[in-house]
Amino acid sequence: MVDWGKVNRLRGIPARRVIRAVLFSLFFFAAAAGPGAFAEAPLKKASFIPHWSPQAQFAGYYVAQEEGIYKKHGIDLLIVQGGPHRPSSEILGKGDADFGSIWLSTAIQKRSHGTKIVNIAQIVQRSSLMLIAKKARGIKRPEDLQGKKVGLWGDDFRIQPMAFFKKHNLTVKIVPQSYSVNLFLRDGVDAASAMWYNEYHTILNAGINADELTTFFYSDNGLNFPEDGIYVMEETLKGDPSLACAFVRASIEGWAYAFDHPDRAIDIVLKYMTAANVPANRVHQKWMLERMKDIIMPKDKDAAVPGVLKKEDYERVGEELKRSGLIGAVPDINEFAFGCTGYVQK
Amino acid sequence: MFKNKGIAFKLVLFFTLSSALIFVAIFSYNYLVSRKMIKKGIEENSANLIITTTSRIEVLLTSTQKVPQNVAYLLENTNYDESELFKIIYAIVEKNPEIYGAAIAFEPYAFDRNKKYFAPYFYKNNGAVSFKYLDKFYDYFTWDWYQIPRALEQPQWTEPYFGEGGGILMSSYAVPFYRNVDGARQFTGIIIVDISLDYLRDIVSSIKILNSGYGFLISKNGTFVTHPIKDYIMNETIFSVAEARGDSMLREVGRKMIRGEEGFSATPVKSAVTGKSCIMTYVPIKSNGWSLGVLFPYDELMADITNLNHVVLALGVTGLLLLALAIVFIARSITRPLTEMANAAVQIGKGDLEVQLPEAKAGDEVGKLTVALDCMKTSLKDYIREITETTASRQRMESELKIARNIQMGILPKNFPPFPERTDIDIYASTLPAREVGGDFYDFFLIDKDHLCFVIGDASGKGIPAAIFMAYTKTLIKAKASTDLGTGALMEQVNDELSKGNDADMFITVFCAVLNTVTGDLSYTNGGHNPPIVIRGSGEVSYLDGPGELVVGIMDGSRYSTRTLALKPGDGLFLYTDGVTEAMNDAGEIFSTDRLKDVVLSCRDKTAPEITGFVTDAVNDFCQSAPQYDDITMMVVRYEGKDSLTV
Repeated sequence: MVDWGKVNRLRGIPARRVIRAVLFSLFFFAAAAGPGAFAEAPLKKASFIPHWSPQAQFAGYYVAQEEGIYKKHGIDLLIVQGGPHRPSSEILGKGDADFGSIWLSTAIQKRSHGTKIVNIAQIVQRSSLMLIAKKARGIKRPEDLQGKKVGLWGDDFRIQPMAFFKKHNLTVKIVPQSYSVNLFLRDGVDAASAMWYNEYHTILNAGINADELTTFFYSDNGLNFPEDGIYVMEETLKGDPSLACAFVRASIEGWAYAFDHPDRAIDIVLKYMTAANVPANRVHQKWMLERMKDIIMPKDKDAAVPGVLKKEDYERVGEELKRSGLIGAVPDINEFAFGCTGYVQK
Repeated sequence: MFKNKGIAFKLVLFFTLSSALIFVAIFSYNYLVSRKMIKKGIEENSANLIITTTSRIEVLLTSTQKVPQNVAYLLENTNYDESELFKIIYAIVEKNPEIYGAAIAFEPYAFDRNKKYFAPYFYKNNGAVSFKYLDKFYDYFTWDWYQIPRALEQPQWTEPYFGEGGGILMSSYAVPFYRNVDGARQFTGIIIVDISLDYLRDIVSSIKILNSGYGFLISKNGTFVTHPIKDYIMNETIFSVAEARGDSMLREVGRKMIRGEEGFSATPVKSAVTGKSCIMTYVPIKSNGWSLGVLFPYDELMADITNLNHVVLALGVTGLLLLALAIVFIARSITRPLTEMANAAVQIGKGDLEVQLPEAKAGDEVGKLTVALDCMKTSLKDYIREITETTASRQRMESELKIARNIQMGILPKNFPPFPERTDIDIYASTLPAREVGGDFYDFFLIDKDHLCFVIGDASGKGIPAAIFMAYTKTLIKAKASTDLGTGALMEQVNDELSKGNDADMFITVFCAVLNTVTGDLSYTNGGHNPPIVIRGSGEVSYLDGPGELVVGIMDGSRYSTRTLALKPGDGLFLYTDGVTEAMNDAGEIFSTDRLKDVVLSCRDKTAPEITGFVTDAVNDFCQSAPQYDDITMMVVRYEGKDSLTV
């Protein structure tokens, strides 16, 4: 229906307008086809697990749930609570949830290692993983990190940093980083990992001003790894592809609604956070939602539409994983990704 | 702009405004000073409060700190085995009521070459002490309490956290300990004790300032550890609140707080509880780098002085109103009689002297004015009555005078020419009395066919007495004149008659002459009168020489001489009274004998009426609008001689 190449050929039309137009047609399709197709049919039961505790990172899903968008698309959805001790890819593999949000790099490794998960929508197009350092400690350029103590999270959060260090020929002292940024705040490390939408703001709200910080975005250093995507087990997808696609459409509609109604979206997110007994802070969630908009709908003109997994992005991540020795071979994108609306670039 | 306003208005305006100004000045000064005093009071009180509070917190923290510090010292200086470690940790938890739990966590394989994780942990559990190992699932190596003191090589209080047990807010004090390995200090592990922050929360929440003032505690990250709003605790930092409020000042204050500074917020801070403006003071908790903030609600601090100010303001305004009322009352008491008097004066001016004046109640200026106005009214009344009476009598007199004048004018011959059948003599006379009745007179009559007697005189004084005196003289002269009698004898007889019973000491100047119309001889006597002008037919004009004799009627038995003058046909006499020569113009100059002579000279050829007309015009021209002071009387007698008869 919508050909990304065709969209690219629409010269002279600002990318954002094109994206908006594409999004609109997508939602129009969803709105027109959804109720018409599913109004009479009984709701299909399904479950979804986000890959972290409730926060605005998953606002689209919570909003779609609370605003009845899933129901509108014929889904009676149960959102399973995720968290650090409940990796969504494992839950999905065990069959404890039908859909899950997973990082692209995680998903490629899982697929490569035999877990038959399929990407049915790439939501986050821009990597928000970053390194943060204090200017006061003399770190202003990547070279300044040489020999410094750098806090890194484990596993998939290390792929980009290691490539980054390699790219800049840096040898750093890696310090395992916990979920807090206190070690960085107390100057126990010189640089720390952060998600733009989360820890970066946490640091700002611990009293450090933005102009006192040096930031290194991996996405600005040729290491843009698209992050959150929606995954489903291959079997589940084959069993009911229309359900999977309805879930994708509803979720994207949920995101659009959340960006259009940020206050309502944050109310919903805070409700889920409170229910999960997670510390909730409105301004932090507001920041997170705004940044989610920035990384789901990046302003760069060649960024992909929400839901679309660009081949070049996929290959960049896959190649880096292969180079790091984390996977043997990059899985075929046609097996890895399923284009619900037929617009995955082949 | 207030020119036309009444006295009352001006007084009220002036006094009320000036009093209000004074009041505002005093009020403002009082307000500023008392505000300053209260502020100073707050600073002192808050200093006390804060010292008390922080020292209570410090006592709690430092006493807790001692426990693991002592253990670290023990571990670094003695040998120990597992059971001894257990005893130590158990004792810490059991003996210290404020300590919730304690652990000694070793570096990988540092305690036991076969154990990566070794961290015995004792903790209070429903009144008893429970035990567990912190294992690989907990993976303590990456926890802040382990990582931070290890990296910084110094004891650390952790950020507050909720204990696993169920919502108890806790913080831990972690002390690194070391062992000597080949002379080098090698990091071996962390001794940690957990304390509940409930006690600390109680201390801070005991800060109650007036109605809504409160204290709060923030951690090193700015996270609220205690706050009257429960949702803030652990969820918000002072910076997130600043962000939500868009308050960059609060963010700056927060940065100062987490840097361990103390002071007052430069601008008011909004109370999270009431939204009121507050003065905020902050002071560091030195042991753990946290910071205590205390909010003093501004309006409540100022409540007493605000109340006082309200009362003072109310009193002031009431006072001003009363003052204005008093001024209105006083001004009214002045202006009401003044207004009444002004109205009365207008009535009086219109002629209504029966108008009632306000009663003079007091002896002040207004009272005096009333009395004066009343006096004026009475005087005016009397005066007007007098004037009315005088006017009546004067009117009567004037009518009498008019009659007298008519009589007088009747006395004086007024038909000209008097002897129309005779051409040998030309006579003309005129008189212009200064008042209704004058003292001047003239007369002419034929004693017989050939003798013409003519007289001119001026009685002293004016009015009726002069007129009567004049009439009397004229009658006498006319009665006594005869050809047998010389003018001198005639004058003597008249003088004697007049002198008799002249108690008023009146007198009269008289020029009396008798002309023989046949010969032209003129005999004359001048009783003190102005010398007449002789007009010769030849053209000469001169004053009749010879000194005048005594005025008539003043002295009994006075002698008068008879003088003579020969007139040729064409000669004449111009007779006049001093009203002519002494006529005065506006400049104060008199007409004078010289000017008279010149005038007569210029009209010497004219007939008698023409000459008098000429002189009258000359005098009028000279005097212009100046009032006439004296009677102006003239007479011209011209002798034409016998020849003229034949002509």
